[in-house]
Amino acid sequence: MGTHLPSTEFDGTAVDDQREADAEAVMGEPAAQMVQLLGPDGKLGTDPVFSDYADKLTPEALRGLYADMAAIRRFDVEATALQRQGQLALWVPLTGQEAAQIGSGRASQPQDYIFPTYREHGVALTRNVDLAELLRQFRGVSNGGWNPKDTNFHLYTLVLAAQTLHAVGYAMGIQRDQKLAAASNAAGREPDAAVIAYFGDGASSEGDVHESMVFASSYKAPVVFFCQNNHWAISVPTNVQTRVPLSNRAKGYGFPGIRVDGNDVIAVHAVTEWALEHARQGKGPVLIEAFTYRVGAHTTADDPTKYRQSAEEDAWRAKDPLARLEKYLRAEGLADDAYFAKVKADGDELAAYVRRTAHDLENPDIRQAFASVYREAHPLVAEELAWFEEYSAGFAGEEESAGQAAKAGH
Amino acid sequence: MTTMTIAKAINEGLRATLAAHPKSLLMGEDIGPLGGVYRVTDGLIGEFGPDRVVDTPLAESGIIGTAIGLALRGYSPVCEIQFDGFVFPGFNQITTQLAKIHSRSNGNLSVPVVIRIPYGGGIGSIEHHSESPEALFAHTAGLRIITPSNPHDAYWMIQQAVECQDPVIVFEPKRRYWLKGDVDVEAPGPSEDPFKAHVLREGTDATVVAYGPLVPVALAAANAAEEDGRSIEVIDLRSISPIDFDTVTASVRKTGRLIVTHEAPTFGGIGGEIAARISERAFHSLEAPVIRVGGFHMPYPVAKVEEDYLPDIDRILEALDRALSY
Repeated sequence: MGTHLPSTEFDGTAVDDQREADAEAVMGEPAAQMVQLLGPDGKLGTDPVFSDYADKLTPEALRGLYADMAAIRRFDVEATALQRQGQLALWVPLTGQEAAQIGSGRASQPQDYIFPTYREHGVALTRNVDLAELLRQFRGVSNGGWNPKDTNFHLYTLVLAAQTLHAVGYAMGIQRDQKLAAASNAAGREPDAAVIAYFGDGASSEGDVHESMVFASSYKAPVVFFCQNNHWAISVPTNVQTRVPLSNRAKGYGFPGIRVDGNDVIAVHAVTEWALEHARQGKGPVLIEAFTYRVGAHTTADDPTKYRQSAEEDAWRAKDPLARLEKYLRAEGLADDAYFAKVKADGDELAAYVRRTAHDLENPDIRQAFASVYREAHPLVAEELAWFEEYSAGFAGEEESAGQAAKAGH
Repeated sequence: MTTMTIAKAINEGLRATLAAHPKSLLMGEDIGPLGGVYRVTDGLIGEFGPDRVVDTPLAESGIIGTAIGLALRGYSPVCEIQFDGFVFPGFNQITTQLAKIHSRSNGNLSVPVVIRIPYGGGIGSIEHHSESPEALFAHTAGLRIITPSNPHDAYWMIQQAVECQDPVIVFEPKRRYWLKGDVDVEAPGPSEDPFKAHVLREGTDATVVAYGPLVPVALAAANAAEEDGRSIEVIDLRSISPIDFDTVTASVRKTGRLIVTHEAPTFGGIGGEIAARISERAFHSLEAPVIRVGGFHMPYPVAKVEEDYLPDIDRILEALDRALSY
C-alpha cells in the first residue's frame, strides 16, 4: 500500500543508536510502506489508492485544512502562555501534530463518534467544541468541560488507552443499532456511523489497546484506531514501546494497518476517509499510525532538553505540516498573501477570545460535585452534603463580621 | 411462589431483564453455550441469541471497557466476571472509568453497567477462586454494590441492578448458589429497595450484621444463642454501597450491642466502616464496643484450611460472648 517514498525517520540523532539499528533490522524499511501525498517540499505525489481521495478535496477544503491547522497552532501557543501565567494548571501542547489531527478530524462525519485521549485539541476544533470550554479541565474548574452529546466528541481520558475499549464498545452499540433499525424497518434510517479511537505511541503499550483490538476484530466493530506516533512518551522514545512499525500490529489482529505521514494533512485526510468508509460499510476495524512528531514538551511540566537533542527537533521542524501545505497552496495559486494574512488575523482573534473566556470561567461550587457522583439519590452523599451545608453555615456570621471589620478599616 | 436455587433465581432474573429490555445484553467469558462456569446464564443464548448473550474474548478489562462504550451508546450491559480473584485486570476500568464518567461529565453521561462477580470462599477451590474484594470497590465513589443472600433477593436484585442508572456491582455468594428458597416471580415488581437492609430476625440483646454468604451463618449463630437464652437480632445488609445505616442504627439503639461479620479480611473492611459509623451515631446506646468477625490479614488461604479462615457459628458466638460480657 502506498508508494515508495523518502524516509521520514529522523536521522543523525544520538538517541540510543544501537536500539535504532536493531529496530531497523527487525522492521526492514519501515517508511517504505508509509503513505505520503504532500512532501515536505510542498509537492503532491500520487498513490494508487489514496490519490482518489485527495482529488476530492476542493481548493476551499484545502484552504480550510490550512486555516484549521493555523488556528489550532495559535490556540496551542495561547494555552501554553496561559499556563505559564498561572491561568491553567497544566497544558498539553500539540504543535507538530496539527496535520494528524485536522486531517483525521475533518475526514469524519457528524454521525461518527470520537474518543480522544488528552492532546486532541485539533480534533476538538474539527468537531466544533468551543476551545475555551476545552480549557475547563486544564484550568481545574471541571474534569470534563463539554457535553459529548452535542458534538460526538467524547471527554478527554487521562488514563492511557482506557478509551480505546470504550470506543470499541460504542462501535458494537452502533452495530446493534443498525440491526434494531433493520428489524423495525424504520423509515428515515440514521446514516451509518463509525468510531475513531485516538491514542499515542506510548499508550500503544497499554494492555487495553491490545484488548480493544481483539474485541474490535472479533466482532468486526466499525472502529478506526488512530495512533499518533509522535515519537516520545514523555521521555521514552518509540523504540522502547515497539520494535516494529505500530501499523504492522494490525496484521496480527486481522485487520488493515496503514502508516501515514502524519505531517501530511492531505494523506491523513485521505487515509482516514478510506478507513471510516471501510468501517461504516461493515468491513471491520482499521489501524492508522500517523507518523508525526511532538515538537514541544509532553506537557508544560516536561523538559525535553533532558532527553532529546535539538537537532532532532530541527529535523522534524523541516517537515512542518503547515509549511508544506502553504508551499503547495501558493505554488498552485490556491492562496495568496492576503489569504495567509487573514488566517493569521483570525488566529489572533481566536486567541483573544480564548484568553478572555478562560479568564472568565467561573470556579465551580463543590455542591456540583456532590450532585454528580451518582445519577440516582444516594444516602451517603446526601448525608455528607447536609453536613457540609451545616458546617459552611457556621462560618456565615464570621464572614459577615470579617466584612464589617474590613469596612471599618480594622 | 416458586422454589429455586440462587443460581436459578439469577438466571430467571436475567431472562426477565433480557425479555423486558431490548437494549440489555449479557457479556462474559463462557456465558454462551456453556452457560457460565456456574451455569448462571444457562439456556439464555438459545433464547436470545449471541448478540444478547455475548461470549467475549478472555479479557476482563476488555469486557468492562467495551461494556462502558455500549452503555454510552444507550445499552444496558450485564458483565459476568468468572471469579472474584480475576476482576483485577478490570479494576482500572471499574474504578477510574466506570465509577467516574457520570461525575466527570457533570452528569451529562451515564454508564448503567452491571458487573456480576461470584465471590467468597467455602467451595474448596484453588488460588484466586475464593476472594472477597468488596471493600476495594466500596471505597470508590460512583459505584453501587449489592449482594443477595437468598433466591428471592437474587431474582429481584439483579433486575433492579439493571434498572438502576448508576453502575452496580453484584457480588454473588458462590457457595450459596445452590441454596434453595421461595421466589415470588408472580409479583408485579420488587417489593424492596435493593439498597435497604433487612431485619431477618428480631432480638433484644445484640445485633449481628451480615451479608451475602454469611447470612445463613449469622442466623444459625442467633438460633444457637437463643438456646442459651440470648435474644439476637440479625440484619442482612444486602447493600454494601450505600450501606443502610438507618436500619443498623435503629437496631443497635434497641439491643445496645453490635457484631459485624463478613468473610473479607477484618482490616480495612466493611465491618470497620460500620463500627465507626455506629460509634458516631449511637455511642450512647452502645453497651459494648462493636466487634468485627472477619477473615485474617492474609491472602486467601489454601482450601484445606479455609474452614479456619472463614467466620463460622462458633466465632460469631465467641464475639457475642465478648460483647455481652461488658
